[in-house]
Amino acid sequence: MDHTLPQPYSAPPEGHVSHSRLERVLRSGRFAITAELNPPDSADPADVYEAARPLGEVADAINATDASGANCHMSSIGISALLTRAGYSPVYQISCRDRNRIAIQGDVLGAAAMGVSNVLCLTGDGVGVGDQPGAKPVFDFDSLSLLRTIKTMRDERRFLSGRTIKNPPQLFLGAAENPCIPPYDWRPERLAKKVEAGAEYIQTNYIYDVPLFEKFMARVRDLGLDKKVYILAGVGPLASARAARWMRSNVPGIHVPDAVIDRMEKAEKPGQEGKKICIELIQQMREISGVSGVHVMAYRKEHEVSEIIRESGILASRKR
Amino acid sequence: MYRIRLFAIRHSRSFEWIYKRLESAMIALDPVLAKIGYDRVERPVAFVEKCVKTVLFDCKMCGQCVLSSTGMSCPMNCPKQLRNGPCGGVRPGGFCEVKPEMKCVWALAWDGASRMKGGAQIHTVLPPVERNLEGSSSWLRVSREKAAHLREAREKRRTAIADAFPGARANEPSAAPLAEEPAQAVKGSK
Repeated sequence: MDHTLPQPYSAPPEGHVSHSRLERVLRSGRFAITAELNPPDSADPADVYEAARPLGEVADAINATDASGANCHMSSIGISALLTRAGYSPVYQISCRDRNRIAIQGDVLGAAAMGVSNVLCLTGDGVGVGDQPGAKPVFDFDSLSLLRTIKTMRDERRFLSGRTIKNPPQLFLGAAENPCIPPYDWRPERLAKKVEAGAEYIQTNYIYDVPLFEKFMARVRDLGLDKKVYILAGVGPLASARAARWMRSNVPGIHVPDAVIDRMEKAEKPGQEGKKICIELIQQMREISGVSGVHVMAYRKEHEVSEIIRESGILASRKR
Repeated sequence: MYRIRLFAIRHSRSFEWIYKRLESAMIALDPVLAKIGYDRVERPVAFVEKCVKTVLFDCKMCGQCVLSSTGMSCPMNCPKQLRNGPCGGVRPGGFCEVKPEMKCVWALAWDGASRMKGGAQIHTVLPPVERNLEGSSSWLRVSREKAAHLREAREKRRTAIADAFPGARANEPSAAPLAEEPAQAVKGSK
């Protein structure tokens, strides 16, 4: 893994912007694996490490979500700091929903000082879908102005105010994309805009509709974006047909085609079937030109992640 | 109001034309406005601007109007006030995640931009809104900024924010302003 931290400040390797393992894997052309950690509702570090263990076995980086779905859990910066201490490489997710530019720019420096080397810039779900819908939505930045801001901090060594940063944060910059929801035609254009804003890698939302994703990727290749940004396709095991339907109607931005739900419905062991679908998806993603890795989001099924990755066979094709 | 807003987006090309004319007029007026004092005209112009744009675009008077870069669909009507494109929560049929009865402001924006001559401006990354400019006149800011933009070639001094978003500075200078702000335009400056 990266290194056990805090480490003294030092320059990143030649041709790299950070000390990130994920960046090294992607730049060397290996198929990357990232996985999402289910953040605990607890102040005990042991709960974080327990959640990280099954992911750390196979993942190049572990995503620490920032109150996803507008539900409150342990903060992404807290989880990220704990993970670096144990030698894991976290992806520090930053949502624009809860903090303004003053807080975020400060947190970016703090996270980098704690050994974080990957960030993922997100807009964030609206507060209305979460467990505290009365909260004040901030959205001072959007994901693109946030990307450009962190890029400015890193490359120009200054805050948006113009004040100089002595030692800039060395961060590998990521953003999200959601290829399977409207406006379909503009999604690749929006990806181009994210690259323009500073994104160096992309983690997509769940993809269950492979033909739709392939159409998106064809356009991405036409625009030459696959040469400019590393794309990690989002996958995850479904628990049951009922859970899939619930996700589709209650979680913003999730598209599950009827065919997949049908297949779950007909399965004798839905849990096994969900896993099987996920493995097949990973294998399909591996074959799509321009896809540089997978991002596994196994909500409440973190223990299955290493098995899913091993059974998919993607590890065999790369030297670790 | 929502229906008029949709009308404006459907006719984005015409409104783009009108806006271009208005902009030229405002730039031409810069010396006059400067003489009268931008501070003195700020409130009356902001009032007129608010009346017109609220009817046409459901304007929220952010003070940093970017309609020409957003297909004439005002991004401040997005519940997340996104300035750079749709979020990842757009519902089937292109409806808003937060207000399901409303069409996604950004799906409409891209649609509107596809009909505009300068529609490609939608690809330019825009900075966050300066909240202390809320309620002030964007028209006057355009006049000042475009005039300042013309002088910029001579002036070397640039602020960090305008430097960090050079595309936005060129297309929508009021989104990354450089010219001196009159006291009336900036909240809490007195």
